[in-house]
Amino acid sequence: MREPTTEVSTAEPQSQATVVPPRIEVDDVTQAGQERHSDLEVKMSVRNLDFWYGKSQALFDNSIDYYQNRVTAIIGPSGCGKSTHIRCLNRIYELYRDHKASGEIVLDGNNVLGSGVDVLDVRRRVGMIFQKPSPFPMTVFENIAYGLKLFYKLNRSELRDRVEDALRRAALWDEVKDKLNEPGTGLSGGQQQRLCIARTIATEPEVVLMDEPCSAIDPIATGKIEDLIEELKHQYTILIVTHNMQQAARVSEYTAFFFQGYIVEFGETTKLFSNPDQKQTEDYITGRFG
Amino acid sequence: MSDTGHSLNGGWRVRDMASRARRAPSSRTDTAFRGFTIACSLFIALLMLGITIALVEGSWESMREFGLSFLWTSDWDINKGVYGALTPMIGTLTTTLIAMGIALPLALVIALLLVELVHPVAARIIGTAVEMLAAIPSIIYGMWGLFVLVPIMQAHVIPWLQSTPLGQIPWLLGGPPLGVGILTAGLILAFMVLPFITAVSRDVLRMVPTVTKEAGYGMGATTWEVTRKVSFRYGFGGFVGATFIGLGRAFGETMAVAYVIGNSFTIPESIIAPGTTFASAIANQFPEAVGLQKAALMELGLILFLVTIVFQLIAQLWLGYVNKKVGIR
Amino acid sequence: MRALSEVPHRSVAGRRSSDIVIKVLAWIAASLGIALMGWVIVVCVQRGIAAWNWDFFTQLPTPVGEPGGGIANALVGTLIMTALATALGVPAGFFAGVYLAEFGKNSRFAHGMRMVTNVMMGIPSIIVGLFSYMLLVPTLGTFSGWAGALALAVIMLPVMARTTEDILNLVPNEMRESALAVGAPRWRATLGVVVKAARAGLLTGAILAVVRVSGETAPLLFTALNSAYWTIDPGQPYANLTVTIYQYANSPFPDWQEKAWGASLLIIVLVLGANITVRLIAQRGKQ
Repeated sequence: MREPTTEVSTAEPQSQATVVPPRIEVDDVTQAGQERHSDLEVKMSVRNLDFWYGKSQALFDNSIDYYQNRVTAIIGPSGCGKSTHIRCLNRIYELYRDHKASGEIVLDGNNVLGSGVDVLDVRRRVGMIFQKPSPFPMTVFENIAYGLKLFYKLNRSELRDRVEDALRRAALWDEVKDKLNEPGTGLSGGQQQRLCIARTIATEPEVVLMDEPCSAIDPIATGKIEDLIEELKHQYTILIVTHNMQQAARVSEYTAFFFQGYIVEFGETTKLFSNPDQKQTEDYITGRFG
Repeated sequence: MSDTGHSLNGGWRVRDMASRARRAPSSRTDTAFRGFTIACSLFIALLMLGITIALVEGSWESMREFGLSFLWTSDWDINKGVYGALTPMIGTLTTTLIAMGIALPLALVIALLLVELVHPVAARIIGTAVEMLAAIPSIIYGMWGLFVLVPIMQAHVIPWLQSTPLGQIPWLLGGPPLGVGILTAGLILAFMVLPFITAVSRDVLRMVPTVTKEAGYGMGATTWEVTRKVSFRYGFGGFVGATFIGLGRAFGETMAVAYVIGNSFTIPESIIAPGTTFASAIANQFPEAVGLQKAALMELGLILFLVTIVFQLIAQLWLGYVNKKVGIR
Repeated sequence: MRALSEVPHRSVAGRRSSDIVIKVLAWIAASLGIALMGWVIVVCVQRGIAAWNWDFFTQLPTPVGEPGGGIANALVGTLIMTALATALGVPAGFFAGVYLAEFGKNSRFAHGMRMVTNVMMGIPSIIVGLFSYMLLVPTLGTFSGWAGALALAVIMLPVMARTTEDILNLVPNEMRESALAVGAPRWRATLGVVVKAARAGLLTGAILAVVRVSGETAPLLFTALNSAYWTIDPGQPYANLTVTIYQYANSPFPDWQEKAWGASLLIIVLVLGANITVRLIAQRGKQ
């Protein structure tokens, strides 16, 4: 990776006008990844992704590879584009009229942003967990069955089996098995978040996006979700946006550091946290700003 | 949602402390002020009691004369002095049913359009227009019905309906196309409650948290699937509340109906035949009524009053129940 | 359990097409609904404008068959009667709302009162007319402006109480706490700080409640009735716009029907004018 061309002012990380951010060549990322991890399969690769909220650009030329069955943490100060980035990966940004993305997001050889792609199918294959627990206003059972019923023709008993299976895999079954017909909104915050995870993995997506999944819940519940992520990475490719660098260090194999819409650095978590290549990364992880 | 609930509870605690402090005999003015506001609140309850007493007193003569049979007597004969509530009851129920049957689905889809489908600026303009229309007095709708809708119903709509296969069903569309009648009244009522239900439904849909909707889309659901299974579910309590209030309005609406229902006290043979409702019967006959007829009209008022109260109470209790069950608030 | 990939899929195309069908239906329904609602206004403006002239606003009604004349007495009557109703309904409703919002948060009594208020809001206005009739008309021996004003006030009261409660609930609790913390007595904290903070909203609510009542017809039919003369004394049958519309529209005379449209337009202008003004004020308040 190249050195940044300019020193970045850390006093005003939000303002883009005063900063000429560093550039990263696509090939650099790919090569770096391939050199070190040739045995790993790339599940999703992002190329030259730009993003606009109306007229203000929020992402600049993002290029990155996400490896299969690995957890990639996305860190960076608030407003750096972490959430925006992962909201492109399942095209959820499209719900808003003035949000525009360009570039390529390749999932198993198909460009997710391409016109011929079915967005509903993309969202089935790329699940998402949100910052705030978002159970639907239905019972626990119906919450899990929701996605299954959207895409599959399942009979009653198959549905029940799958709901149970999803809840077990989300380590929630024992806590809710007697509450399947109670409203999902009645569970505790941490349980609600695991309910959302169960709901997402019930349809067996390939990639799971987590947008600060622990920011609204308590430390003990956070610990349970981190254990769960550890468990789930054997089946899924997981991306987790987090504010909490300890969490990133605990759960992820790879970490990407975002700053002002650019991917400043991407690499193995241990390497990035112990010996970052970029000055900005070092400043951020040592707590000098952010 | 849970956030507001939390701060509210916190607020209650603080207020409790404040009112406990207030109860210390430090300030007589405070006690007086509190007492005065309670008196004003009680005044509303007293008015309700007063309305009940007035209606019972006014209809006493009729209740003594006819007893419970008033409810299922279809006669309304001023010469013979026999009165019954069956005809207005049928008229009220059918017009309300037609009105809600038309207005409710329309209101829901318009609300859906305003919240999910059109550009926010357009949504604001249309939304304001809808709120304005909800503010227009019902007599205007009545006038419009009488002078615009009735001729059109008479000349075009009813003959056309009668020419369709449905027209062969005598209890549905039998009889001469008079223009005035149950169907026309139901339509006017629908127009009248439409803006109101639309405005409430829009507010209900707007309250669905963005993250809940996004979670729905994130599962790969279409707009309609998210609306039907998530947003409508979320706002269910609100919709039922809106429906009940709309129902109450349609049920007790006077002026929009009085012009176009035809004011006939014979049981309508079809939905295009003239009829009457509780409210329009009172509006039409009460100013000139005397004696037993006046008491009978009062009793119609009493029935309408009681039914409305039951509606409102059910709506209130139901709202509390549903919100608790779905886990909102 | 089968692998999910072996489970038969629901057709995405089918789901998409029902989505599109619903969207198209929504557009059609909305256009239809909006067109119909627009139609009502357009007709009123078209026919109403024809009746508007100087005499319409300044003259008394003429006897049947005689052309010309106006509805000046009805306009004035409606204004006076609404003012009388406001004088009773708005203050009483306001203080009832203060109780519900400030004192009666979690007592059982207050819950009961809140429920009664909600129920009262839903009572058909014609019933309130019957009540006012029973209370005043036999006693005074005649239909009267007082009876009309009473009916309108009774309708206004619960509306005002609910509006007040809703708006006072929007005032942040910190404001109450800080007022009480500096040692203000409860009534001063409420009237001087809480109500003052909410005054724009309260004014808006009051105006809307008044305007809503000014268009009521049913409760006036057998309380105020109507009058073809100048009536300043509320002890007499009282001229008003809405009953005038009702009677004129039901009459067989084209001249009267035209005047009914004119009066309808006048009411629409008053109601919408007040609504728009209030909105503009509220918007300016936000900025």
